[in-house]
Amino acid sequence: MNLTLKIWRQNGSSDKGRMVTYRVEDVSPDMSFLEMLDVLNERLILEGEDPVAFDHDCREGICGMCGMVINGVAHGEQKLTTTCQLHMRHFKDGDVITIEPWRSAAFPVIKDLVVDRSAFDRIIQAGGFISVPAGSAPDAHSIPVPKEDADAAFDAATCIGCGACVAACPNGSASLFTAAKIMHLGLLPQGQPERESRAKAMVEQMDAEGFGGCTNTGECTAVCPKGIPFEAIARMNADYLKAVSK
Amino acid sequence: MAVTGAILVLFLIGHMLGNLKVFAGADSFNHYAEWLRTVGSPALPNRTALTIAEIVLGISVLLHMWAAVSLARRAAKARPVKYAAKRKSQASGYATHTMRYGGVIIALFVIWHLLDMTFGAVNPKGGDATPYDRMIAGFQPDRWWVALFYLVAMAMVGLHLRHGMWSAFQTLGLTRRPNVRRGLQTGAAVVSAALVLGFVAAPFCILIGVVK
Repeated sequence: MNLTLKIWRQNGSSDKGRMVTYRVEDVSPDMSFLEMLDVLNERLILEGEDPVAFDHDCREGICGMCGMVINGVAHGEQKLTTTCQLHMRHFKDGDVITIEPWRSAAFPVIKDLVVDRSAFDRIIQAGGFISVPAGSAPDAHSIPVPKEDADAAFDAATCIGCGACVAACPNGSASLFTAAKIMHLGLLPQGQPERESRAKAMVEQMDAEGFGGCTNTGECTAVCPKGIPFEAIARMNADYLKAVSK
Repeated sequence: MAVTGAILVLFLIGHMLGNLKVFAGADSFNHYAEWLRTVGSPALPNRTALTIAEIVLGISVLLHMWAAVSLARRAAKARPVKYAAKRKSQASGYATHTMRYGGVIIALFVIWHLLDMTFGAVNPKGGDATPYDRMIAGFQPDRWWVALFYLVAMAMVGLHLRHGMWSAFQTLGLTRRPNVRRGLQTGAAVVSAALVLGFVAAPFCILIGVVK
């Protein structure tokens, strides 16, 4: 199939940036979205042009590196799917596809579609440590964890930190990401000693990074490639309110 | 946002139930309005409870608006460069997207409503008429546009509460299970629909002449 791509090009953080239109021909429906961009880039390199910069690593949907806003939807309209796992069979011949980077004041554009997500790292760092002995491996089942809690904690822990929640949020809030990290430790016995101080520190760091406030629109969880539940944000709010009301 | 919103929802429920007294006749309605002013009397001076309610509601409205404005300003700052493609909503919930402009419409409506029914400044009967007369005169067919404005404003209130009521529970961290959230979302839809119907009933019945 033949496609028209409108891609955001920005040469460094000081550049103003602009949308540039490209034609890509003979795209196979079996290609992933990133492979389609690879084809475009190979051609651009042969023509002596600057290839389109985009983040990617595992291309298996588990690393959290890739991500772009495709036709106004973070990671494209396919649910529970990262950009690398989005396949061209979901598009049709002659489609015009708009491709933009995550838009957030806290995620400055490095180049084209690559944004700096260090703000997420600083939120994680603000969470600090958990009090567990770091010596030899503990005996199996020495700390019982209810199955339901283990499952919910694991669901939260599947967050890959891609940033789609921020990109999709009309308020540019990072609540779903921060909440996933707070929920996954907060549900486990090992996470209890620092549970409230961790929630408070991480929420304060999130606010300090310049993300917007949550108004419960639910756009984040709808685009999340890992299906982090909306309830995570309620759990974060509960832990945070407990911490600040003391 | 959540706490002030909850205060305002409680007020709306009381207000809606009070309005339904119009169907019980002029005496019942006027007596109810009088009772609001004399509740607690003679132990308390007249208007004590009413004045306290007015102060609490006034502060709630101001804090609710302040919270909304600061959230909107934070949102604008958090995304300085907008998307070129029209952002397609992926979450279900039309009501969510009406919160900000709907809130402005509701605020304008409240100003008109106070001028109309409380102070009588824009009411054909003026401020000296009985509450019942003011209400009947306010929604006569020759003033159909007033009734229409009330209907639009009530639709906005309904949408506002459709999102706002369950959202308050989420903000306060009380929706930690998916079934609790879904239950609250259904509850919000039912309560907001009941409120809208209750509020719309009086103007509509006056407009078509059922209540005179």
